[in-house]
Amino acid sequence: MSEILSKSAARNIFYGGSAFFFVVFAALVAQSHYYAKTTSTDEAALTAEVVHGKRIWEKHACINCHTILGEGAYFAPELGNVFVRYGGDKDPQAARDALKAWMKSQPSGVQGRRQMPQFNLDEKELDDLNAFFEWVSKIKTNNWPPNKAG
Amino acid sequence: MKYQTQAIAKWYWFAAIALFFVQVFAGLWAGFIYIEPNFLSGLMPFNIVRMIHSNALIVWLLLGFFGATYFLIPEESEREIYSPLLAYLQLVILIVGALGAVVGYVFRIHEGREFLEQPLWVKLGIIVAALIFLFNVSVTVLSGRKTAITNILLLGLWGIAVFFLFALYNPANLVLDKMYWWWVVHLWVEGVWELVMASILAFIMLKMTGVDREVIEKWLYIIVATSLFTGIMGTGHHYLWIGMPAYWQWIGSIFSSLEIIPFFAMVVFCFMMVWKGRRNHPNKAALLWALGCSVLAFFGAGVWGLMHTLHPVNYYTHGTQVTAAHGHLAFYGAYVALNLAIMTYAFPIIFRVNPYNQVLNMASFWVMSSAMAFMTFTLTFAGIVQTHLQRVMGMSYMEVQDQLSVFYWMRFGSGLVVVIGVLMWVYATLGPKKEITIVPDGALAPAE
Ligand code: HEC
Ligand code: HEM
Ligand code: HEM
Ligand SMILES: [Fe+2]
Repeated sequence: MSEILSKSAARNIFYGGSAFFFVVFAALVAQSHYYAKTTSTDEAALTAEVVHGKRIWEKHACINCHTILGEGAYFAPELGNVFVRYGGDKDPQAARDALKAWMKSQPSGVQGRRQMPQFNLDEKELDDLNAFFEWVSKIKTNNWPPNKAG
Repeated sequence: MKYQTQAIAKWYWFAAIALFFVQVFAGLWAGFIYIEPNFLSGLMPFNIVRMIHSNALIVWLLLGFFGATYFLIPEESEREIYSPLLAYLQLVILIVGALGAVVGYVFRIHEGREFLEQPLWVKLGIIVAALIFLFNVSVTVLSGRKTAITNILLLGLWGIAVFFLFALYNPANLVLDKMYWWWVVHLWVEGVWELVMASILAFIMLKMTGVDREVIEKWLYIIVATSLFTGIMGTGHHYLWIGMPAYWQWIGSIFSSLEIIPFFAMVVFCFMMVWKGRRNHPNKAALLWALGCSVLAFFGAGVWGLMHTLHPVNYYTHGTQVTAAHGHLAFYGAYVALNLAIMTYAFPIIFRVNPYNQVLNMASFWVMSSAMAFMTFTLTFAGIVQTHLQRVMGMSYMEVQDQLSVFYWMRFGSGLVVVIGVLMWVYATLGPKKEITIVPDGALAPAE
């Protein structure tokens, strides 16, 4: 191998090539950033309520039990499409009511069943959380998940 | 030990080992909640236990890297560390931050993105500590002998700090949030951490096998070139279903499939060096951990990664127990075993004794590693069943989980054995040392 490639040549290939791939990657990410803002999500619908809903989602670290768009923890159901699973694509108000009722009724206390804590959210917080779930359910995800089960 | 300041590593590693305990204990607890879901569910819900598990993991691995850096830089640069005081200050900041984070989590003080749950003050503390660290080691390296090992190690460490800055950026748009989140998570473990891994392995091989530095360093550049050439664009394997353009499906699938190359190259490199090397180093346990690291990383990251990285497969397995299986063996093989390898190599040198408790240390390798492998297998089976029932058949999440309980019992069992292996390793490394010869002050241990 020593004949084919010298150490300094190997070093130059490493630095040059890495810089090249990083630049290409950053350019594609910039394009994807634009795509996310214009095509895959509805920026106009990203209201203060939705943003607040996302903050509630983060404040209680729901991500460390649930997945959202398939990322997070694997202990509890996927929630990226929970709005659709609750029928929100057909009857949004019914889905909102059902989700609120869900949040209020936890923990189930059933023996041998995984528990979700009670977060004591008020009506406004629950509305905003719903707005967040509704907004997320409309992201264009290349048709993931494969079905409603998430 | 040729340089006094190499002993700084010891304190970093003590802190790392303490957090390693916290990590596996929290893992065991999380695994227990899976089989006994009502266990303290009000007091310590799963999400809190899980963030302690994953955060303790990341922080102890980083502490281990910092320790390794302080240990190897003086030897490579032929200089004492520029400022031991700054090094200890950095350690204090990190310990305060880590303890503050863990205690805070128990009281529900945290942020809300996976792995980045640390409160803002802890994140800022980490950044300050990183700046102190980079200053300290960069000055040391620049004033001394420059080697490929220190070049790559420093590049990796700078990269860790730079990409961590994205942890401060949390856009309101969930898609953008996720897109940049992966700049921390993926560009760490499949980018800059691999540079740290390759350079530490190269250092161990250099010391233990006696192979020519020229040969080792050329290998090192080739390995890290394949890491970054594949790993940067390989980020695309996370841009499949989170609202990104569809072209990432092809870019992600192709480049991330090639990410197995650097891991394969590290296996070939380690075994070739040992085979070529004429030196018969007495620390057999360290050699076992180093070789084991390369092999387990190849399986955990390389093979288990490849298994679910093609987009038609990932469409079904995304976010199932298959991911958990891969996450465990990849982190264990690549970064846990790496840290245990360099510690096993360096502690006798720091303590100025010949390698000790070798049999127990090697036994702990086999116990811990087989248990991690078994855990990976059980989670893989659980993930395959889950994928089929939930993603193909459309059964609801909770119904499917009921079918998986046997796997979760086995995961818990293997977790117990992992913890036993950890205890064995700590006892072998820091416990009473049998049949040791003390190396007189100033003299070198054989083949150090
Ligand atoms: C400690 C773990 C845990 C945390 C934290 C948690 N959840 Fe849950 N969640 C669960 C479990 C377990 C279930 C399923 C419970 C069941 O079916 O009995 C669930 C179910 C749900 C459901 C119903 C899903 C469905 O398909 O029926 C919604 C909605 C939900 N969680 C929202 C949230 C939100 C919002 C948060 C954060 C504010 C949150 N969860 C935090 C564990 C958790
Ligand atoms: C050194 C060994 C270990 C390493 C490197 C490790 C690493 C990890 C990582 C990276 C995650 C996040 C996984 C992901 O997001 O895909 C995780 C989660 C988890 N780990 Fe570990 N872990 C270790 C030991 C253990 C042990 C001993 C147990 C005990 C059974 C355990 C149980 C768990 C559980 C239950 C989760 C949560 C998975 C979920 O979200 O469902 N881990 N671990
Ligand atoms: C040492 C290196 C690696 C480590 C530590 C690692 C760790 C992880 C972890 C913890 C996750 C879960 C992230 C989350 O919580 O969402 C993950 C996901 C993933 N990894 Fe790795 N990984 C490594 C290398 C690789 C490689 C080389 C490949 C491909 C060949 C790969 C493919 C994937 C894929 C496709 C996912 C997404 C899984 C999903 O869709 O749910 N990984 N990895
Ligand atoms: Fe990745």
